[in-house]
Formats: sequence, C-alpha cells, structure tokens
Amino acid sequence: MTADDNYNFGFLDEQTKRMLRRAILKAVAIPGYQVPFGSREMPLPYGWGTGGMQVTAAVIGADDVLKVIDQGADDTTNAVSIRRFFTRMTGVATTEKTRQATLIQTRHRVPETPLQAGQILVYQVPIPEPLRWLEPRETETRIMHALSEYGVMHVKLYEDIARHGHISTAYDYPVLVNGRYLMRCSPIPKFDTPKLHMNPALQLFGAGREKRIYALPPHTDVKPLDFADHPFEIEHWPEPCALCGATDSFLDEVILDDKGDRMFVCSDTDYCGERREAGHRGRMSPPENLEAAE
Amino acid sequence: MYVAVKGGEAAIENAHKLLAEDRRGDMALPEIDVAQIREQMSLAVDRVMTEGSIYDRDLAALALKQARGDQVEAIFLLRAYRTTLPRLGMAEPLDTQGMQVSRRISATFKDLPGGQLLGPTFDYTHRLLDFALQAERQPSEAKQGGTLPQAMPQVVDLLNAEGLIEQECPDDDDEVVGDLTREPLMFPASRAVRLQSLARADEGYLLALGYSTQRGYAKSHPFVGEIRSGMVRVELDIPELGFAVDIGEIGVTECQMINQFRGSKSEPPKFTRGYGLSFGYAERKAMAMALVDRALRAEELGEDITAPAQDQEFVLYHGDNVEASGFVQHLKLPHHVDFQAELALVRKMRAEIAAGDTAPAFEEAAQ
Repeated sequence: MTADDNYNFGFLDEQTKRMLRRAILKAVAIPGYQVPFGSREMPLPYGWGTGGMQVTAAVIGADDVLKVIDQGADDTTNAVSIRRFFTRMTGVATTEKTRQATLIQTRHRVPETPLQAGQILVYQVPIPEPLRWLEPRETETRIMHALSEYGVMHVKLYEDIARHGHISTAYDYPVLVNGRYLMRCSPIPKFDTPKLHMNPALQLFGAGREKRIYALPPHTDVKPLDFADHPFEIEHWPEPCALCGATDSFLDEVILDDKGDRMFVCSDTDYCGERREAGHRGRMSPPENLEAAE
Repeated sequence: MYVAVKGGEAAIENAHKLLAEDRRGDMALPEIDVAQIREQMSLAVDRVMTEGSIYDRDLAALALKQARGDQVEAIFLLRAYRTTLPRLGMAEPLDTQGMQVSRRISATFKDLPGGQLLGPTFDYTHRLLDFALQAERQPSEAKQGGTLPQAMPQVVDLLNAEGLIEQECPDDDDEVVGDLTREPLMFPASRAVRLQSLARADEGYLLALGYSTQRGYAKSHPFVGEIRSGMVRVELDIPELGFAVDIGEIGVTECQMINQFRGSKSEPPKFTRGYGLSFGYAERKAMAMALVDRALRAEELGEDITAPAQDQEFVLYHGDNVEASGFVQHLKLPHHVDFQAELALVRKMRAEIAAGDTAPAFEEAAQ
C-alpha cells in the first residue's frame, strides 16, 4: 500500500522526528533513564499508545516491516488501529510474524518468540515512573532517581512479603537497569520481565501523555528487584494452551460459559499460530480432518 | 469463541460507519452546516478554539460537527490537527489596552473612565426557556447609542497610580518564554508556562478549582478588576523586515482579577493580580483561569501552600482534558494480560489463606 501524500512520512514533520531521535539517542546512552521530550498530540487519544507511536514514527524507515500487538495479539482492536495508521502514513510492509518484523510496537506484552539483533521493540507506556505509586510528585521522584534512592521500593516489596508471604506485584514489576536506574517495564506481566535482560534487540519505551522516553540498548543488564530469600519468580498456569499445548507461554483465560468452564490460550497469537502450524495441538483443538477442510 | 475476545478490522470499519450514521441523525431533516455552527454555536466554537489552541472558527466548527457536539472530542480533533501545522513565528504580546471592546465591566468601581459596557451577555437574563426560539424568527435589533473610545484604560492601571497594586513588568527581551506545546512541562514552572497550561486547561476543571479558592481552600479575596472582550490585533515580528507586521485580528476575553495581599516583611499590603485570557467570549473560563493563576502564585508571594489549587504539580498535570480524557478512556482498551496476572495472584493468595499457611511466612518475614 502507498502512503497518504497529504502527510509527511510517518505523520510527524522532520523537525519533530529529529527532536524525538535526539531524545531516543539520549535514552539509549543512559539505559533506564527517563528523558523528557516535547510530546505532540497524535490523532489517537493519550493512553492509547501515543508515546509508542511517536517513537515508532521517529525510527521507522521505508524498508521496515512493522508488527503491532496489543495484549500479545495482532488482531486486538487497538493494534489493528495503530497498524492501519502506520500503513496509511508510511506505506511500509506489515506482518504478524515476530521473526519477519524489523520493528514491533507493543502494548502489555513481549513476544514469546525470542527477538534478534537488529530488531526494535517499541513499548507503549502509560506511567513511566516506577516510584509513582509510592511518591506522586515528579519533583521528588526525579531527585530520588538522581540519588539512586530506591529504598522505598525495597520497603514496599518487603511489606508485601510481611503481609502476604510473597511479593504481590503481578505486572509492571520494578527492575534495576544496568545497576543504576530503577525502571518500569511499561506494564508487562512479570512473566515477561526476564525477557528484557540481555535482549539482543533494541527496546524503546515511549510515554506520550507523561512526555518521557527511555530505552534498553541491546544486551543490557535488567534485574528484577527481589531478596535472597524471596527470589523473583514468574507466574505459572495449571494447564497448557488449549489450542497449541504450549506450556512455556503467557496464557489468557477465556470464560466459556456461566458455569465456571474456561480455557487457557496463548496471549501471543503469532506464537500460538506458529506452533499449531508445526502440528502442536491442545485439548480444544478442532479435529484434524476439520482443520484440513478449512 | 476464541475469536470473540479479539476485535478485528471489520468490527472497527462497521463502528465507524455507525458513528457517521448516528452523527447525521434523522435524514428527513436538513444537515447542519459548518457555517451555521460557526455563527450560531459561537460559544461552543470559542471553547473549542481556546482549549484546542488554534484560533480558527471554521476548523473549530468543523470539529464540533464531526464530534457530534462533544466539546472535548472536538478539542482533541483540533489539537491533533495542530500537530501537523508548521510554526511560522512568535507573535508580539497582544495589546489588550488597544482592544476594540464589545464588552467591558468592572466590579470594583461603580463607574470608571471608558464606562461599563455590558455587551452581549447572559448576565441579567432570566433563565426561562424561550419557546419562541423553536420557531424561526429574526432577533430584534439592539439600540446603537454613542461611540466607543478607541482605547480604554485598564482598571488595574488606575490603581497603579496609587501604587496599590503590584506592577506587572514585561519580561526582559532576552528571557525566553517557554512553549508548552514544544517542550515538556518541568517544575517549578514559570508563570508564563503556567498561564499557557491554564489557557489550554479544561474549563470545568478550572471552574471547580477556582470555585474551591472561593470556598476557603486557598482563600484569596478575589474581585473582578476588569473583564473585557473584543477584537485585538496580532502582530508578528518578521526578521527579514526588522519590524512587526499586523497579521490580523482575533477575538479574546481578558480577566484581571484583583486579590488582597496582606503584605510581608519586605512589602507593604497591596493588591495582587490573577490573569485569565481566552479566545472569543469564553468568559467563565477566563475568570476561573484568573482565580487559579492567582492561587498558583502562592509560593512566589510567600503564602502557605495548603490547598489543591495552589499545588503546581497537581493543577498543571491534571488540567488538560485531551490528556485526561484519553487516559481515563484508555481503560476501555483490553487489559486482560494485566488482569490475568492479577487473577493468578489473587487466586494464589486465597489458596494460601485457605490452606492456612500465611502465618509462617509472616513470622519469617517479620524477623
């Protein structure tokens, strides 16, 4: 598809893109540090991925192959909407295959298929500040970052353990980047947190409404905060994916009826599809002959 | 059934068609014209221009039509369009003293040079539904009487003669005025940046905050020194020419709020100011803005910060309705991944309580 001639490539004008690229370069140079930037109003509402879209618009090139996911899936409404926006504004090729994409914009998930060197993963971030629930003031949290004063977060995690016996943060788990900055992982489930560590891809985080960009350059040390006697652990499911039988992916729960019946399926639709194509099957897969008839 | 949880291209396409259909309403009735909105819904247009940060009556009217009359949505449309516009230059400060006024009132003096001029105001109308408006009719013409002076002195300047009110001096020429639309908001924010933020802020939000200062949360004893509405000239400095050129006129409403100040060790008691400015006749907005502007000056004037309206971060971070509306409404987007993570956690915690094994963990952790 060809791009809409009424708009500059990638919607934003070149001056704005240059401003964004400078912010991104600074973010890459100081992993985990939140760089303030002059966020623009985008044609999608704040909170719907405007930060990720601005980062994508700044780095996308005519040869890129774009993948957009929301909750791990390519066919969720907002992912469809953002993918269509960039198709219209750049005319670049799009894909649902993680392996084929050079640029992936995501909300709430890291793809299950491991990323490769040269790929860029752009996260949409609602609240970039990891200390925000502990300290609502930006003026305070900036000072806390400057002084690496992260004791409050350790206290919060300790209080979780004291109260519940374990850390009760299920998503948006706080991580320490490169041994220096405390960082918020957009919100991804803690299942995905280990994927950030030493990832060969470039990971960029854009928060449009809050006007911050931060980054993890390839092969950056990313450590979830924990304690020696209460190590970080990820969630597990009681059963495998009902469609592809995967036991190593993040599963969404789908309620089937009002009697408590439910199934678990991969949140990453590309991963699930790839496995099914390779012949993997789950307990609710349609019979083989039916699938062949499709 | 799996597919049912996900949206799709077809669903979005159909939703857009339904929206267009609903916007048009009953096809038996004539379609509303953008020019009709511009002329007959002019206060709605004023608000959309003010908070949308573009002075363009036609674009604002178009946005209102497209948004089916939803103001915040129309403001958002205008802001998103604004992103694509080039920045040609920065205008000279408006000279509101030279305004061609259509309304000008002061609550602090019974009469004053230039006089009180009510203009087209809702004030003193009885809010009785006018059923005559259901039928088409021509309004009766207002009586024209006398001529207005070319320039009217500002009330606050009259007080200046006695030194009763603080002076407001223009910034030094070399001091760069921040631009909220190009640079992120940082704290502490200068007054210029605060005023920019308040000018773009949601009218309802400022109204509530301003109201709170009248009810004792940061009491500031406000008086309307002056409200004036009318047309002012916009001048742009053209570097190639070396002088400023008149590039047109815009309609604005300006509010100078006068507030008591008890004085401090270094300053005798005097009146201080709060300032509000909006496009068109957005008078309620300009007044509320002036109240909040004054409340936000607490730190500069050495007053205790005790109320929400005095708190820069609170006021400025939450006043933009495009930001607020987007973030509140993003809750409609799927969150099943986060929710799944929470679900797993709550199930785990409930299972632990049922098994009665939380106590050891608590003791262990408390050691």
